[in-house]
Amino acid sequence: MQPLRRLLWPRLGRSLFSPPLSDPAPAVPDAVVQALVERLEEAAQARLGRSLSIRQVDAGSCNGCELEINALGNVLYDLERFGLRFVASPRHADVLLVTGPLTRNMRQALERTAACTPEPKWVVAAGDCAVDGGIFQGSYAVEGGIGAALPVDLLIPGCPPTPTQLLEGLLALLAAQAPKAAARR
Amino acid sequence: MSDTEGRDGPDPEAPPPDGPSFAGRGALPEVPAPPSAAPAGAPPPPDGAVFALIRQGRAQDCRPHPRHLLDPGRWRAMAEALAAAPEVALLALWAEPGVVHACFLAEDQGRVIIASCPAAEGRYPALSPARPGAVRFERMVRDLWGLVAEGAVDLRPWLDHGRWPLVGPLAASPAANAAPAVPQPEFLTVEGEGVHQIPVGPVHAGIIEPGHFRFHVQGETVVRLEARLGYLHKGSIGLMLGKPAAVAARFAGRLSGDSTVAHAWAFAMAVEAALAVVPPPRALALRAVMAELERLHNHLNDWGFVCNDAAFAWLHARAGVLREGVLRAAALAFGHRLMMDRVIPGGVAEDPRPGGDAAIRAALAVVAAELPQLTAVYESHASLQDRVVGTGVVGAGLVARFAAGGYVGRASGRAFDARAVPGYAPYADVAVPVLAAGDVDARVRIRMAEIGESLRLVDALLDALPEGPLSVPLPQPAGEGRLVEGRLVEGLGLVEGFRGECLHWVAIDAGGLLRGVFPRDPSWLQWPLLEAAVEGNIVADFPLCNKSFNCSYSGVDL
Ligand code: SF4
Repeated sequence: MQPLRRLLWPRLGRSLFSPPLSDPAPAVPDAVVQALVERLEEAAQARLGRSLSIRQVDAGSCNGCELEINALGNVLYDLERFGLRFVASPRHADVLLVTGPLTRNMRQALERTAACTPEPKWVVAAGDCAVDGGIFQGSYAVEGGIGAALPVDLLIPGCPPTPTQLLEGLLALLAAQAPKAAARR
Repeated sequence: MSDTEGRDGPDPEAPPPDGPSFAGRGALPEVPAPPSAAPAGAPPPPDGAVFALIRQGRAQDCRPHPRHLLDPGRWRAMAEALAAAPEVALLALWAEPGVVHACFLAEDQGRVIIASCPAAEGRYPALSPARPGAVRFERMVRDLWGLVAEGAVDLRPWLDHGRWPLVGPLAASPAANAAPAVPQPEFLTVEGEGVHQIPVGPVHAGIIEPGHFRFHVQGETVVRLEARLGYLHKGSIGLMLGKPAAVAARFAGRLSGDSTVAHAWAFAMAVEAALAVVPPPRALALRAVMAELERLHNHLNDWGFVCNDAAFAWLHARAGVLREGVLRAAALAFGHRLMMDRVIPGGVAEDPRPGGDAAIRAALAVVAAELPQLTAVYESHASLQDRVVGTGVVGAGLVARFAAGGYVGRASGRAFDARAVPGYAPYADVAVPVLAAGDVDARVRIRMAEIGESLRLVDALLDALPEGPLSVPLPQPAGEGRLVEGRLVEGLGLVEGFRGECLHWVAIDAGGLLRGVFPRDPSWLQWPLLEAAVEGNIVADFPLCNKSFNCSYSGVDL
């Protein structure tokens, strides 16, 4: 007989009766929402509703940004409760979440990933590097930000941006497309 | 249980019967204190043949580990002597315009030395025939400095994918890239019936760094894996050169974000050694607190992810909660979750903020309280154990030949930990866990043991935090300290990050600017072993093997 302490099930059962570990959602800055709403109005395409599928692409990051993006999936930030989820293929994505200063060695791979992503899509540049090359600006090996290859819809600065900052940006995207989705009903 | 073919076969890389023997946790090879700490007058044990050869070269001004300039003939003799000296580990190989450097560790004595060789007409005798770990370094040296290793095992490009505007960007006078098109990469081949290829990447399905993996597969079994990296090459070395140490430190801290503290510390250690300044005790203790927090959050993260890759989500969720607690405490104490830019040459940037000490202790108490339960769950669930035990085995012979550090080495019997040997302040008594199995499970267990040790170390460090200043100023203008007009001073730093030892070498001119630099991530010597670990496993176990290594892509792509 295993001691009870060694088993997973009692612990899982206990979790059913305790409050969730997830933090409350962060507030979304109005100005960002407004700007994104206007952008969306210009795109006359129907969208999926109140959920977004995100494909992350590392285009030269130091992996600090990836650590924080991964942290969005832990139970404290719990990205999926907002209808946001990471997908494995760009063909399933609404959002390309791109990090890094865009190395020359990654440019083509990023462009091909973007070409596989159905329109309309959002491109989010996350991290100081992705915004304008960050400290790697001016190197022979980098293009100097995601904007060098793709039109960028949203910038999330920070080195790296915290999970909370990333969440604010992604929730702003959700809020921006909500009125459009409602109007279609 | 899925007892897949090829998993139970004899290990082709099993250690020879007379190979190193492995003791349990806390066992360390018998090593003398580092030379600098040896009591004056005591005769040091004699050098081996390779070190003796290197010391015949002209001594350069490098601290605390010496550098000697060899002529090509003596370098060639050294390369030949290496073949008969398995106890000498190649830690790094890099270059400056017209000269190559190789850093060695005498594993039996804990001594470190650098040998250099002028590359007349852009050529130098290769080390890869004697040291397989030299292969990727030689390919990198050719791509960045345009220096060719004569007699090298492999001369295919590595970091240079043909997409930069320059060829040999760090050479004295780089040429423009005149190639009409981007060349197709060449991969090693496999012959046999039913062998097919699976190309993966550079963009992967998960949130991980980019790299290309070329699998040759027969049925479900991986016959050969070859990695092609370099996608993240940012030109960090070029950006560091010509900058003051304090500015260049920001790049060291962004070589591999998950090891920002360890790399920033190793870089600072190299700079401080070059300039002969000693950071205050409080700074050293705070660096160690941050380094152990970094080890903790990464070990927790990867333990969780290994379990997740075995479809055991609960441990992943719990480890994620504990890790987030550590990161939040770090943010509270040091103002940054990953503690970037907190280690600076000369000391640390700032004191822990009010409440930081309590936040760290609280977060660590939560980890300590839950660790035994998580361990029990990890050990007692057959579905998980079935996936990790016996999967992705790396033999002790291979680990020794590549001098792989960190948990990759320690899970296969190589006890090296830079905190113990050569050792550095403030570490005095680090328990180094060592296992012999070399599988995914052993790598996980090394990290579980290290979590416990880091918890103990942080507590002890915080209990005895010395008072005093946080940093010492670096000498700036020529004439101050070791800075003399027309002369370079050099330093080597070796710091144990969560992955293994981070090695940084710097050369500083009279104006305090970097004239030479090489940051070497431990992954350089671990990546090649992943290819060996996967061989004979099923394709579906690759993510598990890969995560158990968790090598840095950015760290080696420079
Ligand atoms: S923004 Fe900072 S953390 Fe993100 S990739 Fe760039 S250097 Fe790394």
